[in-house]
Amino acid sequence: MSTLITLHGRKVVGGIAEGEALVTHETISGWGGVNATTGTVIEIRHELRGQSFKDKVLVCPGAKGSSGWSNMFHLTRLMGTAPRALIFNEMTTKIALGAVVMRVPAVTELDQDPLAIIETGDWVRVDADRGIVEIRKARRAVRPRATIAVERTTPE
Amino acid sequence: MQLTDTERAMLDGSAGKAQQKAMELLVRYAEALGAERFVETNNVAGVPGSYTPFLFNYYKATRENAYDLIYSLFDLDSDEVVEVPRLQVHGCHLQGGVDPEGWQTLGAKPEALQASQDSERAASSKGIEILKTCTPYLAGNVPARGEHCAWMESSAVVYCNSVLGARTNTEGRESTSAAMLTGRIPDWGLHRAENRLASHRIDVDVATESVMDWGLLGYYAGIAVGERIPVLTGRLAPPDLVRYKHFGAAAASSGGVEMYHLVGITPDAETLEMALGSRRPEQVLHYGAAERARTYDELNSNGKDTDVDYVMLGCPHAALEQIEQICELLEGRRISVNCRLWVFTSRAIKSVADARGLTRVIRDAGGVVLTDTCSAISQAIPPGTKVAALDSAKQAHYLPAIMGIQAWFGSTSDCIDTALTGRWNGRRP
Repeated sequence: MSTLITLHGRKVVGGIAEGEALVTHETISGWGGVNATTGTVIEIRHELRGQSFKDKVLVCPGAKGSSGWSNMFHLTRLMGTAPRALIFNEMTTKIALGAVVMRVPAVTELDQDPLAIIETGDWVRVDADRGIVEIRKARRAVRPRATIAVERTTPE
Repeated sequence: MQLTDTERAMLDGSAGKAQQKAMELLVRYAEALGAERFVETNNVAGVPGSYTPFLFNYYKATRENAYDLIYSLFDLDSDEVVEVPRLQVHGCHLQGGVDPEGWQTLGAKPEALQASQDSERAASSKGIEILKTCTPYLAGNVPARGEHCAWMESSAVVYCNSVLGARTNTEGRESTSAAMLTGRIPDWGLHRAENRLASHRIDVDVATESVMDWGLLGYYAGIAVGERIPVLTGRLAPPDLVRYKHFGAAAASSGGVEMYHLVGITPDAETLEMALGSRRPEQVLHYGAAERARTYDELNSNGKDTDVDYVMLGCPHAALEQIEQICELLEGRRISVNCRLWVFTSRAIKSVADARGLTRVIRDAGGVVLTDTCSAISQAIPPGTKVAALDSAKQAHYLPAIMGIQAWFGSTSDCIDTALTGRWNGRRP
C-alpha cells in the first residue's frame, strides 16, 4: 500500500482534478516553448523536450519567456491538450493568467517544496478550492530503500 | 479584493456588458496573483481581438461577427459574446502574423491575410492604434517615467520598466484586452516600488560594447537570474537604444527578466544602494570572458552546417540605425544566390527607410524588408531553409525550437557576410 503525502497551499484557480504527475525542475516557456497542438514541450535543452503534459498534473517551478504564455496555454485548452492541474512555486503574471484561462485547478505556496516531493509518475490529486495536494508515490523513494540496506548490514 | 465604486460598477454590469466581462476576467486574474486592488492605466499594448484562421474556424465565426466573437470568447475568456465598445483608454496593437505587403514572400495564405486585415480593420474602428510591432517605443508609444502601463511583449516590457522607468508586468493577451476596456490592471509585481529592487548583482568584468556583446550579456543574465531582477556593475559603457533592446530581449528569453538595473545608467539605479534598496544581493555573479564565451557557445550549440540558407535580422524590430548599418554593409553588393536575407521592422520605421531609399538598397542587394511580424511569430522562413544566421539572441533562442532548423548567432556584420557568401564565418569573441 503506497503512502499518502498531503501538502497545503493557496488556491490560484479553483476546482478539483487528479492524474499522473509530470514534474520538471525547469521553468517553462509558453509561446515558443510548447506546441499547443500536442501539448509538448519544444524548447531546446529543456529537460521535458518532446514530452507532453496533456492530461497530466504539471508540476514546475513556474513560467518564463514570452508574454504569449497565457495565449499558448489558452490554446491547449481549446485543442484538448491542457494539463489536468497545475502545481508551481514561483508566482508570475504569466502563470497566473495562463492558469486562469486554462481553467484548470492550480495551487502554489505549498508548505513543502512540491518539486522535492512529487516525482513524474506519482498519482496526484489537487483540491485547489481547499488548497490541498495529495500524492501517492508511484515507487518507493530511493532514500527509504537505502535505509533498509543500511539496517540489514548493521549488527544488532 | 478592494474595488472602487467605478470598478464595482464595471463588475455589476452597469458600465456595460463588455466592461463587465473584462472586469470579471481581471478579478479572476488578480485573485490568482493574490493582488488586493487594481491600478489605473492609460497605456495598454496587446494584440486585442486579433485572429488567425485557426481561431476563426474554431469559433465558427463569420467575417461580420468574428471580432466581437473572438474578443469575447478568447480574449476575455467569457462564455457570452459581447459587443466590443470603442476604447476609453490608449491601446495599441503589437506585432501580428502577416505583413500586408510582403505576405507572399512570407508564404502566407490568402485566408491568413484576410483574417489579419479584417481583425486590424475592426480593431482600428474601436480606436486601437495599429502599431504592429514588438517595439512600440520606436513607433510612437514611449511611456513616461512612473507611468502605469499594461504591456505584452517581453522585450518591450523589460525596456519599459528598465530603460524608461515606467511600470508594467509582463501582461498577456487576455489581461491587456481586458485592460483596454476597463483601464485597470492588478496592482501587483512591478507596479509597486518595493518589488522593483534588484535581487542579484552581476559584476561585469569584460568589455561590453557591441550589440552582440549586449545580446550575450543579456542571455547570460536571463540564465543567471531567471525571473528575478539583476543589477549590473562594472565595465559597462552606457548602451544606446539598440543595445538596450538586444540586452533586454535576450534576458527575457533565456530567463523571465522583466526589469534590470545598470548602476549609474538606468533611471532607478543612480547608485548600487538605490538599485538594491540598501539590501544585500541574494547572489553575486561574475561575468567575465569565460562566461561570455560559454554563453556564445550555448547560443550556437544548435549550429552544425556552415552553409546557410537564410539570414534574418530585425529581432526585436530593427531601429533605423540598424537598417542604415545593414545598407552600409550591403551597398553595391549582391547576396549569395543560395541565401535569403529578410529584415523585419515596424511600419513606422519602414516608412522612414522607404523615404530615405534604404529599403531599395536592401532590395537591390537581393534582400527584403518586411513589417508587422518576424519568422518566429509568423513561423515563416524561406522554403527549404535548413540553417539560419541571426544577430538576435532572442531569435536564436526561439527560432530553432519553433521551426526545427539549425541557427548561428553572431554580429550583424557576421550575418551580412553570411548573406553575401552563403557561409557562416562567425567567430567567438
